[in-house]
Amino acid sequence: MKPARFDYERAVDVSSAIGSLNGDCKVLAGGQSLGPMLNLRIAQPSRLVDVRLMEELRAASEDAASVTLGACVTHAQIEDRRVPDPSRGFMPFVASRIAYRAVRNRGTIGGSLAHADPAADWPTALALLGGSAIIQGKAGRREAPLDRFVTGLFSTVLADGELLVALKIPKLSAQARWGYWKFCRKAGEFAQAIGGALSDPASGRVRAVIGSVQGAPHVIIDAARCDPEAEAAKVCSDPYDRRLHAVALARAFAQLEEPR
Amino acid sequence: MTAKGVGARLPRKEDRRFLLGQGEYVANIRLPGMLEVAFVRSPMAHARIRSIGRLPNVFTAADLTGVKAIRAVSSVKGFKPSEQPILASGKVRQVGELVAMCVAPTRAEAEDLAESVELDLEELPAVVDMLEARTNPPSLVHEEWGDNVFLESLTDDDMSSVKKKATVKVRRTIRTARQHMSPMEGRGVVCEWNRRLDQLVMYTAAQMPHINRAGLAECLGIDQGSIRVIAPDVGGGFGYKGILLPEEVALAWLCRKLGRPVRWIEDRREQLSANANCREHHYDITVYADAKGKLLGIDCEATVDSGAYSSYPFSACLEGAQVSSILPGPYKMERFRCRTWSVATNKPPILPYRGVARTGVCFALELMVDAVARELKMEPHEVRLANLVQPGDMPYNNITKKHFDSGDYPEAVRRAAKMIDVAAIRKEQAKNGRVRIGVGFSIFCEQAAHGTSVYYGWGIPMVPGHEQCSARLSPDGVLELRIGAHSHGQGMETTMAQVASTVLGIDPANVRLVHGDTGLTPYSTGTWGSRSMVMSGGAVAAACDVIAARVKAIASKLMEVSSADLVLEDGHVHVAGTDRRLSLAEVAHTWYRRPQLLPADVDPAGLEATAGYKAKVDTGTFSYACHAAKVAVDTETGHVEILDYVIVEDGGVLVNPMIADGQVFGGTAQGVGTALYEEMPYDPQGQPLATTLADYLLPSATEVPSIRIDHIETPSPYTRFGQKGIGEGGAIAPPAAIANAVNDALAPLGVEITESPLTPRRIVEALMRRT
Repeated sequence: MKPARFDYERAVDVSSAIGSLNGDCKVLAGGQSLGPMLNLRIAQPSRLVDVRLMEELRAASEDAASVTLGACVTHAQIEDRRVPDPSRGFMPFVASRIAYRAVRNRGTIGGSLAHADPAADWPTALALLGGSAIIQGKAGRREAPLDRFVTGLFSTVLADGELLVALKIPKLSAQARWGYWKFCRKAGEFAQAIGGALSDPASGRVRAVIGSVQGAPHVIIDAARCDPEAEAAKVCSDPYDRRLHAVALARAFAQLEEPR
Repeated sequence: MTAKGVGARLPRKEDRRFLLGQGEYVANIRLPGMLEVAFVRSPMAHARIRSIGRLPNVFTAADLTGVKAIRAVSSVKGFKPSEQPILASGKVRQVGELVAMCVAPTRAEAEDLAESVELDLEELPAVVDMLEARTNPPSLVHEEWGDNVFLESLTDDDMSSVKKKATVKVRRTIRTARQHMSPMEGRGVVCEWNRRLDQLVMYTAAQMPHINRAGLAECLGIDQGSIRVIAPDVGGGFGYKGILLPEEVALAWLCRKLGRPVRWIEDRREQLSANANCREHHYDITVYADAKGKLLGIDCEATVDSGAYSSYPFSACLEGAQVSSILPGPYKMERFRCRTWSVATNKPPILPYRGVARTGVCFALELMVDAVARELKMEPHEVRLANLVQPGDMPYNNITKKHFDSGDYPEAVRRAAKMIDVAAIRKEQAKNGRVRIGVGFSIFCEQAAHGTSVYYGWGIPMVPGHEQCSARLSPDGVLELRIGAHSHGQGMETTMAQVASTVLGIDPANVRLVHGDTGLTPYSTGTWGSRSMVMSGGAVAAACDVIAARVKAIASKLMEVSSADLVLEDGHVHVAGTDRRLSLAEVAHTWYRRPQLLPADVDPAGLEATAGYKAKVDTGTFSYACHAAKVAVDTETGHVEILDYVIVEDGGVLVNPMIADGQVFGGTAQGVGTALYEEMPYDPQGQPLATTLADYLLPSATEVPSIRIDHIETPSPYTRFGQKGIGEGGAIAPPAAIANAVNDALAPLGVEITESPLTPRRIVEALMRRT
């Protein structure tokens, strides 16, 4: 299938991109989901605003407490550790298991997050890590917490006319441990269930998340003594789905204890 | 065996262009002034057409005057033919049925046009479930039939004796999912009307171009000579490209109407949602066995969901009716009773996918053999050994009169059991926990290259007779072979050259295969039924025999020796026992360029000959294989990992063992898909639910295990070199072997799965029902 007609605009900087974000336009950040949707004519925007070449969205920087990744940093850059990793290997691990390398070469962390497909990895993985999304709108810049960025199926806190610019992710301490387990029917497919767990003795916190559910990822703030079955039951009604999500979370917890 | 002839692992001649991306497929062909076509397809499974909006450059059934519907008939008693309109008229009978044809300079614009066509449909109840279609139909797919049954068949037998004798009676309901055949290249058509020749020239991704030509002529009402069908490089067929397409007929009409070349390239969504259905079977099957595991009888009711139409040359009952003749497989038994229904539903026609009926039959029968083994607490491979046809029985006529040509079936099972190491697996199973190990076997026979005596009874538009080859030794000594079969992955450019090499002593590098063009090749029913290596291979050998005799006749004059003293070897005619020789090129040069040197009584037919071939016994070759799988089942998630996979295969004499291995690997990969991944569900309104490759899961390199193949080479007594057809076997056995392995792993938990694919959900839900 071929896309319906659309106009294409390549944004040169953030403010001009924001200026173009009106009407039924779509932001093109990597195109790995949007491309097929255009071809299937599920998406028929009047205009595509391509943000992939803007320096600010491709940049990565770090300070003592956090790493900031531009929204158009690719999965492959993260996988290959070509950008700083705040997560003691968690983000490169997640990135390396997204779809196929060809997708990872083009797909971007911000594009994936803003698209908010519940079965994708970043909405769940970033909800677990926390930190904030840096968002630019006509009125200026704002930050939104990453564990509440995705609000439901393909929906986020981004308002009309706003652009996700970067992700600011806190650095984990040297003692932090993580677990991430997802179930895919076959290699490279979207996950049917995701479990994530993060234990950071420095903060004394154990956080967990269940992903690939019908809406936003299910974040468990104080997960030290949570029961995977009970948590899965909160977000899945189908018995098989419930089982799979409980298993995913339990296996993510188990990874916290595994020697690595 | 010569170094490059029959039996050699010769690298494929065609691979260079494929690996360099230099193949030429239909989508690579662009003709000057060509327009693009997109179709308006039915969004509903069953509906009456109230109206179709009229727009410029949009054509509907009302425009196609003089074009006949596709009728793929059979003379089998009781068969009800369907009329498949080229563009829907009256009503639509499946989602994706062609409704209107839209033409524009680009495909995107043609799709824009298709989107703007207004369709007014009155939805009718959809016939979706095949059992309901037969017993309690919500509506009729073809009103004039009075029911939804293409054909009912009964192979009757008196089961009372085996019922009395049997120690065990095992009854199961077994289902196989509706599937897709998924060649890398979809379908595609480019055509134009050549005014000089007053001829339609059609490039199409086809397995049997001569059959497409015949079907086009019937639908268009023109003679076959005014049609030339060319199948260029074709990226996989598997049966998907073995039919006449309504799209072909529509575009043939259109290019003549417009006086412009037109093309339609199928996209994956059309393929998935409208075109590529196959394999959906349902069995209610009972097996009777004695205490030693000896099968006494099988009683079966089988239903096959044939979809809305019978595709040309024939599709509707190919699977259903065959079930009743092939279900006994390679086993002996006393009684066999089988009733079948080929049922019409509001789904795309079921097409003959690699293995045609055998994959479902093998799944049903081999699951039953394992069920018997569990009932009797016997090793599954031992039950097979107790029932297989024996080498001493060959040739053997089984209970349904299938004629087995040769082979040692028990040896295949013994070797497979040893290779997979059943004893070691039994020990390993003692440690089964959350992840459980299991082993499964399946064995089948694959009738291939079956000919006239098998097919005339079907009374269908395609009954194979003699296969032909035209061979021509060119003035430079290069041999051209023209065959009507088509190679779309089989490597025939290599294997046919190997056959010629064996007969003529010519280097395969100096052989060119011309195929896939009705204007250049002898008539053939084409490539299907694993027949080409036997039939076209036989024809190539026959034509080369003629050329060999004529080469010798010319050489004997030039060298002043008797023809009887000449041998063909290494590209030369040698005088036996001497070092005197002439090259084939020198002989050819004399024939074409220096005819003054030829004897007066030379055969005037020259160095070009058409010869035909049919096997001595044309009921087909029987290749067979035993597959064994070792799997690990995660009982929490239902994930199945294939840990080991072995195949012991007998394809008779292998013309090119490397290519035979490739055929087996590829088929097995598809079989893994059937076993674990591939499923095309429909909702109650007949809407297809897996219309992209994100929803329709195909196994990829990660999911296909390393496969170990061992060959037994029992020659067929009936074919030229003892070769047998093996094109489909790889795709037949894996679903049964893998399902049996999963059931072996889960049996101690009281779970047995009898439905394919064995998805994680099916496995976990079955486990949840038990606990």
